[in-house]
Amino acid sequence: MSAPAGSPHPAASTRIPPKLGGAAVSGAAAGPGPAPHQQNGPAQNQMQVPPGYGLHPQNYNVPSGHYSQGPGKTTSLPLDSQSGGYYSGVYTIPTQNVVTPNTANQQSGAQQIYGRGPPAPHIVGSTPGYFQGAASSSSHLHTSASQPYSSFVNHYNSPAMYSANSPAVSQGFPSTCGHYAVSTVSNAAYPSVSYPSLPAGDPYGQQMFTSQNASTIRSVRENSFSGQNTAVSHPSPLPPPPSQQYHQQLSLSGYSPLSWSASGLPSTQDNLIRNHSGSLATANNNPNAVAESSSCPVMQTVQPPESSPVVSTVVSGASSARAPPTANHLVETVASVTQPSELLQQKGMQYGDYVNNQASSAPTPLSSTSDDEEEEEDEEAGVDSSSTTSSASPMPNSYDALEGGSYPDMLSSSASSPAPDPAPESDPAPAPVPAVPQPSKTTKPFGYGYPTLQPGYQNAAAPLSSGVQPSSPVYSGFQPYAQQYPGMNQLSSSFGGLSLQSSAQPESLRPVNLTQERNILPMTPVWAPVPNLNLDLKKLNCSPDSFRCTLTNIPQSQVLLNKAKLPLGLLLHPFRDLTQLPVITSNTIVRCRSCRTYINPFVSFIDQRRWKCNLCYRVNDVPEEFMYNPLTRSYGEPHKRPEVQNSTVEFIASSDYMLRPPQPAVYLFVLDVSHNAVEAGYLTILCQSLSENLDKLPGDSRTRIGFVTFDSTIHFYNLQEGLSQPQMLIVSDIDDVFLPTPDSLLVNLYESKELIKDLLNALPNMFINTRETHSALGPALQAAFKLMSPTGGRVSVFQTQLPSLGAGLLQSREDPNQRSSTKVVQHLGPATDFYKKLALDCSGQQTAVDLFLLSSQYSDLASLACMSKYSAGCIYYYPSFHYTHNPSQAEKLQKDLKRYLTRKIGFEAVMRIRCTKGLSMHTFHGNFFVRSTDLLSLANINPDAGFAVQLSIEESLTDTSLVCFQTALLYTSSKGERRIRVHTLCLPVVSSLADVYAGVDVQAAICLLANMAVDRSISSSLSDARDALVNAVVDSLSAYGSTVLNVQHSALIAPTSLKLFPLYVLALLKQKAFRTGTSTRLDDRVYAMCQIKCQPLVHLMKMIHPNLYRIDRLTDEGAIHVNDRVVPQPPLQKLSAEKLTREGAFLMDCGSAFYIWVGKSCDNNFIEDVLGYPNFASIPQKMAHLPELDTLSSERARSFVTWLRDSRPLSPILHVVKDESPAKTEFFQHLIEDRTEAAFSYYEFLLHIQQQICK
Amino acid sequence: MEAVVFVFSLLDCCALIFLSVYFIITLSDLECDYINARSCCSKLNKWVIPELIGHTVVTVLMLVSLHWFIFLLNLPVATWNVYRFIMVPSGNMGVFDPTEIHNRGQLKSHMKEAMIKLGFHLLCFFMYLYSGSRCPG
Repeated sequence: MSAPAGSPHPAASTRIPPKLGGAAVSGAAAGPGPAPHQQNGPAQNQMQVPPGYGLHPQNYNVPSGHYSQGPGKTTSLPLDSQSGGYYSGVYTIPTQNVVTPNTANQQSGAQQIYGRGPPAPHIVGSTPGYFQGAASSSSHLHTSASQPYSSFVNHYNSPAMYSANSPAVSQGFPSTCGHYAVSTVSNAAYPSVSYPSLPAGDPYGQQMFTSQNASTIRSVRENSFSGQNTAVSHPSPLPPPPSQQYHQQLSLSGYSPLSWSASGLPSTQDNLIRNHSGSLATANNNPNAVAESSSCPVMQTVQPPESSPVVSTVVSGASSARAPPTANHLVETVASVTQPSELLQQKGMQYGDYVNNQASSAPTPLSSTSDDEEEEEDEEAGVDSSSTTSSASPMPNSYDALEGGSYPDMLSSSASSPAPDPAPESDPAPAPVPAVPQPSKTTKPFGYGYPTLQPGYQNAAAPLSSGVQPSSPVYSGFQPYAQQYPGMNQLSSSFGGLSLQSSAQPESLRPVNLTQERNILPMTPVWAPVPNLNLDLKKLNCSPDSFRCTLTNIPQSQVLLNKAKLPLGLLLHPFRDLTQLPVITSNTIVRCRSCRTYINPFVSFIDQRRWKCNLCYRVNDVPEEFMYNPLTRSYGEPHKRPEVQNSTVEFIASSDYMLRPPQPAVYLFVLDVSHNAVEAGYLTILCQSLSENLDKLPGDSRTRIGFVTFDSTIHFYNLQEGLSQPQMLIVSDIDDVFLPTPDSLLVNLYESKELIKDLLNALPNMFINTRETHSALGPALQAAFKLMSPTGGRVSVFQTQLPSLGAGLLQSREDPNQRSSTKVVQHLGPATDFYKKLALDCSGQQTAVDLFLLSSQYSDLASLACMSKYSAGCIYYYPSFHYTHNPSQAEKLQKDLKRYLTRKIGFEAVMRIRCTKGLSMHTFHGNFFVRSTDLLSLANINPDAGFAVQLSIEESLTDTSLVCFQTALLYTSSKGERRIRVHTLCLPVVSSLADVYAGVDVQAAICLLANMAVDRSISSSLSDARDALVNAVVDSLSAYGSTVLNVQHSALIAPTSLKLFPLYVLALLKQKAFRTGTSTRLDDRVYAMCQIKCQPLVHLMKMIHPNLYRIDRLTDEGAIHVNDRVVPQPPLQKLSAEKLTREGAFLMDCGSAFYIWVGKSCDNNFIEDVLGYPNFASIPQKMAHLPELDTLSSERARSFVTWLRDSRPLSPILHVVKDESPAKTEFFQHLIEDRTEAAFSYYEFLLHIQQQICK
Repeated sequence: MEAVVFVFSLLDCCALIFLSVYFIITLSDLECDYINARSCCSKLNKWVIPELIGHTVVTVLMLVSLHWFIFLLNLPVATWNVYRFIMVPSGNMGVFDPTEIHNRGQLKSHMKEAMIKLGFHLLCFFMYLYSGSRCPG
């Protein structure tokens, strides 16, 4: 199926929804495709081949000459001989080296690719032998990470240097060499797969000595050629002149044949460029190339949607409004289909001098859009299969030089979090090294004892020593995972570099006696563990802010996973605000032809023309267009394309990805104006905020907006341009709602701006004297649905009470006496399916419903939330909202609204999550509708939405060493562009339980567990969910104790990676959503559950386990600089009253709120300098701001608070809590390590767990 | 009289077999992405009550006609049908809920259930056939 897309629309009974499928699905729909040979025809993109050919026969003929020879293969001939010249002339021994990789090529893909990887890149794909030769030795250098690439470059450019260097290399690895000699035998037994990292380099060396391969050179020559391309990854300047020139020429002839004929044969590179532009011109002049298409592509897409409302609005009155638009949309779709080729061509031209329209369509008949299977390719895959098993082989293209370090790391360093990289590795380093002075054989049982090593630890650590004293057993191992690192490690240690990997690994397994460790919480924030990949992959991997997995080491089989008793799942934040995001405009979005995966950094290039999908292992062709790199303006380096360099990219999608023209941004506000609402006074805030942000609403010139208010009747507002003032239309028939004037209720924002402003000014006072207490929310929503269904968009519902009239009316279900019950909490699920059905209808019409619930009484959020849950909306809840009585809530609403109105938004979105064959997804968490097994339908997507997915392992992953996950989010931007945002995450597969434990991402695991617990409490009961949470800790810790430690201990032992697990689970149990015994209003509880379901991990973690800082003694020690402001970084305190001293002041960051607790005998200096009051007694009870005082400590405190604030989308409210004030209970209930009347303290909880384990 | 009972049961059983097959086909359509969850569930929910009634009628009929063994055989399945129908949470759109069918392996368990029922009804079918053919007149 095609990507984030594919299957037909859920409820699309009458209308044609946006076409979500890529060409694969649309293939059928592309019927009209091939027919028109004019450029205007839809043909080009939909059916890639025929029209391209049809269009430019002359082009086609010309290149076909070139292509028939097969550029790649042609190249290889001269270069082979050339390289032969190189190595034979320069150094003789390496010659053998050259050979070995080739053999290896047949043996194990991953090995060979990796081993060759880093160094091989020096060449652009076509000198196989020469550089490979370098590989086995130089790869050591490479991974030492201290050796910049540039030095390599030099080596290669001047052979003399290279030879000079090679002894250096061998000096660096005397031990390694020794190892070769020793373990040649073991090498024979060396598994052929799944050793992607460095040690792989060594076996090559061994093979060299065994010299099995002298004769294989020739036979493998071609193979090596193909293999070598996978490794190609160096910045262009380096490759030896001959090959480059050749390539230039090749590209020249290959893709701009037109200009070739036009301007003659250019001979220099300068000419090349000119030549391109020349061809561009030709293209434009070409009658076929649609000169006028270069006008404005947007315009063409704009027109249809403009017309659609008109037609649809012809039908007024009751619900029949939907049929006509259908037909209309059909027409539109067809109409738009006739234009895409122009659009596409234009996009191609945006590349400047690269004319991709002709070239790309001509030479590669099987570009990624075609669906038919190619036998030939499958055969090739078959040939490869011995080596392909290890798949997803690392693509070592880590030249940082490219494009000014535009790097995923940058992404992670966006506002929300400073780059976490160094955190896990830094301190643990010393620990393992002294611990393993000699390579002890990895025998199993190891006495348990704190300072001594655990078996798992030992396993991982032992190889570490191999750098010092190699011993063959090390390599005979059964633990591919643990052994991936020794190589790297030994290198880095022998080079004096900091070892990153190996140390992180054992550290995370270091056993911690939980009951004895008093300060379990680290002083610094907990960062996501870095997956145990090699450096290159690590750099390329997706930022943990967007994409996290609960286990950074994926267990090999479901059996292993079950043994570990840990949840396996993904946490996604796909539409996060990014400071930097590569946006790619391209004719053909390169995707796997069988599984529709987007090309990503973890695919392997088999040769320059083919790449292997890392999810399904299919071998695909590289389309011609992909050979050109728009960033470096070079040709023939598909591995340097931004798609392959960034794991988070965004594509501008072609019309293949639409079923209808992109919708405009449409916003509808549905406002409660009953007495209750007017009393609460939210209208003033909303109208003010809206009129302030009217210009900042995301959208383009087509943006439309509308208003509906309701009490016991429904009021529409006619805002049609030309009216002197807004016209209110009242519909009192709430049983059968109809739209009075369907065409003038949703109006263009810019045309009717004055009217809208008038309305916003008038609205707060319009209902000031209303006596209507009823609320007909259901009918109002039905009306909103009717209004929105022709276009889709966003409905924002403001509700202040229980709906009491018409469809969807609700009864109060909460029994206040049960609020603190420890037994059963009922009514967590919806009371009626009305809102769910409505949400599904809305979702089908690409409409999302966002709910703002501002009530002071029970409003049955459990039922109301359904309207947002299944339509991919979001939920905001402001308990006991009142604009004067509760100013902090009012302020929060104001700030939230600002963010809500101005934040990015994506319309008619779908998200598809793919994972490597063998894994499967079974349960999704978040706000969306699961349309088919892996396709989430999101009517709207906003940057604050997070998702979670549970995974299971269906097939054993033994034959792969890496697994990848890819999410593709296809959406229409507010500017009417269809875009696809793709994130790819790559993780290693491990076979031992210890490694699984070593890779636990405890925060992700907790968030996933929280999501599962919410499901459980709704479908079963709250107490079940709580039990399940406790059992999760008990099971995982006892499994760890009995399997990894192998000792039955009375002490409660956890690996370091899991040491916070019990604490976090306890925090969850005390969270509003799951707590019992403490009085919790049902709506509060349900809201907390909604938050858990749809918050991204970073925010959810703060909600579960707040951060506590002491702020009365902020210093600049360890401070960081953000935008020339110094932000102090006080250490984290554990959440216990024992940390609070009366002399101090503490800040608690709960995600949605900050509390500053001021101790009774707090230093007056602090109170005066920071809070602005002379002494403790004069601090007011309700204080929500830090005054801007001109003192150092005030500045520090403020910059710290601002920094915390900036890291989250919704600005939290600050509460200054005096010790003694009644508000302090609010603060104290977040101190989760302490005992409350109803719940354990942390220590008690540990004892409880211990008891459970021993049972 | 006896014959009439079994002929009726036979027909009813045929209908139930067809229904089970229909359930299986529709669910596997959903599994293969041929239809979306919404339409699948609305299709299936329509037939939950007819199935319930059909099976209850046979069960009651067997009780009335004092075929104890067959009655006891049918009883658990009939009870399960009723239980499943009653236990649908108030917020769900029926036994098959489109928002949940893809979660927690529900699809698989529905499928399994339909398969088991199919087997059961086939068994019953032959039992009725055998019993009917043996009864006099």
